[in-house]
Amino acid sequence: MKKSVFLGTIAVAGLAAGAVSAQTLDEVQARGELNCGVSTGLAGFSAPDSDGEWQGFDVAVCRAVAAAALGDPSAVNFVPTTGQTRFTALASGEVDMLARNTTWTFTRDVDLRFEFVGINYYDGQGFMIPRELGVTSAMELDGATVCIQTGTTTELNLADFFASNNMDYEPVPVETNAEAQQQYLAGACDVYTTDSSGLAATRATFEDPSAHVIMPEIISKEPLGPVVRHGDNEWGDLVRWVLVGLIAAEELGVTSDNVMELAEGTNNPSIERMLGNEGEFGPILGIDQDWMVNVISSVGNYGEIFEENIGEDTPIGLARGLNAQWTDGGLLYAWPFR
Amino acid sequence: MTSMTEPPAESFRLSQLIYDTRYRSMTIQVVAFILILLALFWLGRNIVSNLEDLGKDFDFGFLGSRAGYDINQRLIEYSNDSTHARAALVGILNTLLVAVLGCALATVLGVIAGVLRLSNNWIVARLMAVYVEGFRNIPLLLWIILIFAVMTEATPRPSDFRGDRPEASMILGDSVAITNRGVYIPNVFFTRSLGGNEMAEVTDSAEATVIASSSGLDWFVIILVFVASILGARAIGRWATAKQEATGIRPAGAFWMQVGTVVVPSVIVFLALGATLDFPGLRGFNFGGGIHLRNSLIALWLALALYTGAFIAEIVRAGILSVSKGQTEAAFALGLRPNRTMNLVILPQALRVIIPPLISHYLNLTKNSSLAIAVGYMDVRSTLGGITINQTGRELEGMLLLGLFYLVTSLVISGVMNIYNKSVMLKER
Ligand SMILES: N[C@@H](CCC(=O)N[C@@H](CS)C(=O)NCC(=O)O)C(=O)O
Repeated sequence: MKKSVFLGTIAVAGLAAGAVSAQTLDEVQARGELNCGVSTGLAGFSAPDSDGEWQGFDVAVCRAVAAAALGDPSAVNFVPTTGQTRFTALASGEVDMLARNTTWTFTRDVDLRFEFVGINYYDGQGFMIPRELGVTSAMELDGATVCIQTGTTTELNLADFFASNNMDYEPVPVETNAEAQQQYLAGACDVYTTDSSGLAATRATFEDPSAHVIMPEIISKEPLGPVVRHGDNEWGDLVRWVLVGLIAAEELGVTSDNVMELAEGTNNPSIERMLGNEGEFGPILGIDQDWMVNVISSVGNYGEIFEENIGEDTPIGLARGLNAQWTDGGLLYAWPFR
Repeated sequence: MTSMTEPPAESFRLSQLIYDTRYRSMTIQVVAFILILLALFWLGRNIVSNLEDLGKDFDFGFLGSRAGYDINQRLIEYSNDSTHARAALVGILNTLLVAVLGCALATVLGVIAGVLRLSNNWIVARLMAVYVEGFRNIPLLLWIILIFAVMTEATPRPSDFRGDRPEASMILGDSVAITNRGVYIPNVFFTRSLGGNEMAEVTDSAEATVIASSSGLDWFVIILVFVASILGARAIGRWATAKQEATGIRPAGAFWMQVGTVVVPSVIVFLALGATLDFPGLRGFNFGGGIHLRNSLIALWLALALYTGAFIAEIVRAGILSVSKGQTEAAFALGLRPNRTMNLVILPQALRVIIPPLISHYLNLTKNSSLAIAVGYMDVRSTLGGITINQTGRELEGMLLLGLFYLVTSLVISGVMNIYNKSVMLKER
């Protein structure tokens, strides 16, 4: 990881001349492969399975973009990044996009010069603690030792939370989720704090998940979404509309099962436009006319991706909550394909 | 340049620049110099244009803004309201702390292992060989992670110390607790501090405890007194030697006067300041009170010291072996006892061989301390070169500052060691 920070810095600094001004889409198409930055391993979001295939909620976004841009959901080179290396990797051109639970903040959007294309998971920071400690509220954590991943919004929220509640804590900085999990299970910290989806995903991999409780308090807003570099609007548009397409497909009832059938023609003009039977949306984005057919047939719609990777029928068991469609009382609201 | 290129003007031709050995080296140097300048210029222009493309400027202003993150090990006052510059300073002090501790322990280990490896005792010599080869030939990172893993996995949790029948107990008369979060040792604080010492009663707990914090001023005075006493003791030593040379008899009790001069004033100052020990004890989730040596510090420190110590052992052994055996025999022939032979004859000569490579191992240790990242030790690489860069997006500025810090530190270390080297060098007259 150190190497990649360093190389990234050097690259940003001097050698990768014009990595940003070049058209990312052209590069990806010429390369025939999408370089997608994911996390180093978080069950349900992005982790290699037993065959070494990357699987997960964030991974599906990468695959969807690859399906749209290249027509092949497997043409992805997954680049594991930590909280600290992800931005350098993106800025230096090592990856074309990030799909790894990254919070949309002012600083990252404006000062760090990135472009958040949308939000694929509405989250908030929570705390996990062993049940045997008998703590029921985050307000009882005064003096606790807390494991946090460095280079995240988590560590800033944590500092604010404890300071504003006049409590003390001992931070134990860790690089990756795997490291945090190991420290937490060894008891080197009392509490693990990160995005609550991450806590649920981590807990699901424990030997005895029921021995750990997630505190009711959510101390921050963590809108997580895919990120691209600032300045290449065409590429940003593409990634944005793939994400919107995934969400819209769920709303419109387009699934991986019926997409082929619907692509033959329907009487719903919205679906007709999205699937490319009407208008020229694909070519306007610089890609195939049937891009959304490729996307949905390869990874499914947003709801399918959610249920398959992190939904209530998986060990991670996250409810849709804020991430339900607006029609179901959630915050997901796809902009019109028009 | 001009003075060197002064040719016999009448017969100078351009081709001489290449074919005439008097000028050729000059020509090559000038060409190389221009090429290097061009390369630097190219890199510099690339940086500027890439930063422009990214829409970033080059600005150190971020150092003055609020850091917003907490650091667990702080040698100076720091909170998340402090600036990034302060966070960098906290990191720098942590780096220096582990470097100084590491160099000290590595030297002690290295000298002992180096001397013992030459021992006539077969077992001892072999054991030292195992130590040296084991640590020299396995990457440092593995040792750091291994020691850290052992310290976190194999030691009891603070909660194991609780209850009527605790699974773990403190050692050394209940003064030291070894836990998976680090080692807690007693701290010294001063009830009659010279200032800056907050004496606060914890009112919300059943037994009021004094929050111990010893002010820097107290320690400064103590160190000052201690250094002064050592100088005094040396003066007494010189006086005794002068007397011995004049009269042939060393004044009785000179040694004990020296010991007294070193010990008594310091003890008096300690007592005058009301030094009291603050013992660690269980408070809430963790141990409180005392000094908390975190596992990250201990693991990094031990690994750096053991690893570098193995190299130093070899340097020491080589240094001793470089002094010819005739020197020892000559010293024995003059009737010098073995330990005086070592101190007066062998070591002064061996040091000349030992010091220069020792310097580079001190430098290595200091730079290797940036492997702190493996165990989450908050050194300057982790604060300035890690979190700060990540939160502000100032990679270039941060990395430049970081490089500058390591450069300056290394130059200072080698500067100081070179002065010491001069003092032990062969003085040619
Ligand atoms: N959303 C926060 C935190 C992101 C974060 O740290 N996520 C963790 C778990 S929720 C992660 O992805 N870890 C995987 C890894 O270690 O690479 C941010 O953007 O700063």
